[in-house]
Amino acid sequence: MGAAIEVNNLNAWYGSNHILHNIGISIPANQATALIGPSGCGKSTFVRCLNRMHETNPIARVSGSVRLGGIDLYSDMEPVAVRRRIGMVFQRPNPFPTMSIFENVASGLRLSGGLRRRQMEEICERSLRRAALWDEVKDIWKKRSGASLSGGQQQRLCIARALAIDPEVLLMDEPASALDPISTSKIEDLIFELKADYTIVIVTHNMQQAARVAEMTGFFLNGYLVEFDATTKIFTNPADKRTEDYITGRFG
Amino acid sequence: MGNVVISTPGMPLPSEKLFRKQTLVERLRKGDEAVHLLTMAGGWSIILITGLLVHHLWVYSRIARHQFGWHFLVTSTWDPVNGLFGAWPFVYGTVVTSLLALIIAIPIGLGAAIFLAELAPRSVSNALTFLIELLAAVPSVVYGLIGIFLLIPALTAIMPTFQKFFGWIPIFSGTFYGVSYFSASVILAIMVVPFIVSISREVLLAVPIAQREAMMALGATKWEVTWRTVVPYARQGIMGSVFLALARALGETMAVTMVIGNVAQVSTSLMAPGYTIAAVIANEFTEATGDLYLHALIELGLVLFAVTMIINALARLLMLSVRTGEVVS
Repeated sequence: MGAAIEVNNLNAWYGSNHILHNIGISIPANQATALIGPSGCGKSTFVRCLNRMHETNPIARVSGSVRLGGIDLYSDMEPVAVRRRIGMVFQRPNPFPTMSIFENVASGLRLSGGLRRRQMEEICERSLRRAALWDEVKDIWKKRSGASLSGGQQQRLCIARALAIDPEVLLMDEPASALDPISTSKIEDLIFELKADYTIVIVTHNMQQAARVAEMTGFFLNGYLVEFDATTKIFTNPADKRTEDYITGRFG
Repeated sequence: MGNVVISTPGMPLPSEKLFRKQTLVERLRKGDEAVHLLTMAGGWSIILITGLLVHHLWVYSRIARHQFGWHFLVTSTWDPVNGLFGAWPFVYGTVVTSLLALIIAIPIGLGAAIFLAELAPRSVSNALTFLIELLAAVPSVVYGLIGIFLLIPALTAIMPTFQKFFGWIPIFSGTFYGVSYFSASVILAIMVVPFIVSISREVLLAVPIAQREAMMALGATKWEVTWRTVVPYARQGIMGSVFLALARALGETMAVTMVIGNVAQVSTSLMAPGYTIAAVIANEFTEATGDLYLHALIELGLVLFAVTMIINALARLLMLSVRTGEVVS
């Protein structure tokens, strides 16, 4: 099951650059939440704060609180534990080229260890099915490298890899921006199905995509969360003038 | 409708000049051809030099080749006075010292490279890398002196204790006099570590951040990211650095001859003195009286060339087998 995320007063810096200002947002469980905004508005940094990836850069800094099901990710948990509960899919597919498709999906499971190979294969098969990739790879998944797949397949492989360790939240940082329209629509269909079991946060440049997949949408501008509301409300009757300007294409 | 129209009214046909075959001078002036010719000349010169080398080694070893045939490789007698020449002690010494040097150097070199690329602060890493690359520039005779005056006394001091516990193992048995396969291997290891470190560090640093983040996002610790993602991703480059180290070890002459003892014998024990191909050629070339002796030494050069080729080919085969499954689309 997915879990809700409660963010309060979140600030993030990159060196002396103040990137996120006092972000407060309640991301509902088992729904897809889209984050939109022009390039450089801080939406990617924001999702990277949710699984504590932002701080992996030596000059990056974060303050504020992020709660997952009531537990503070920053004061009560180790980063490694956070990332096992909050999975992430990146903009560009990044399978491990030296591993087979199976090994790619199993890579997260191997970190925790303690699984028999049979169990590992079952979990990996289930994850590949959930990521709608199983039918395309079932004959080659032990033999071929993860890098031998097409771009769209690679991205679904990365989704399967993230799902294998059974997180509660799935963060997707522009997961379809490097893909063709057919692969994109496959990923969108997938997001629809995954909502049943996971909380999904998706960063996107594509407003139609946000409208198609997400119940809630947040609009970021210059490091501030300008507006956060039901997707239909954001796209039909936004409360803020800047949101309206952005969705009607006046800038961005 | 059957005709394909390539020009619409109002659009001029491409000028005839574009279709005309260009002269050599015109093509050279554009640069592409010139660069093509120059780089091709560079490429062919490598093949030419290799061919000449093998040809000369082949021609000037003919007397020894005719006299001993394949027995040259497998006999152990090296008796210039009686005109008996066998290469086996030298081949054995060369292969044993080089492989043992790699066994010592790979863990040290790879460990240092991982530290410098993944763990050390960038300023420390750059400073240390500079020092390590400086080590690669030290003349081999200096390493030989270090071997004689530092390494051998140190080894002689600790070896009795070591042999008390491990002397029963055949490779560590027998009296240790200082000069030995083992001493030569340690010196060779010290000499090749800088190659492994500096090249491996570069390839580790070149691993894309996306690969690291992919593993990190699965909840991997820093060490897991390094060991499960970064090192496998860089393994081809790391193996390349090992090949270079191996080539260096196989051909090293001066430092080896100063610490190996220069005795043409084959011993199971690494504590015994021995000889290598490069060392015997260097030592005996000036005193080679008679054509047979000279040709035998040149045939040793041919054998060293073949040994290097075979070991490199085996290493490459190993690399191919490791790479299976990696299909780059």
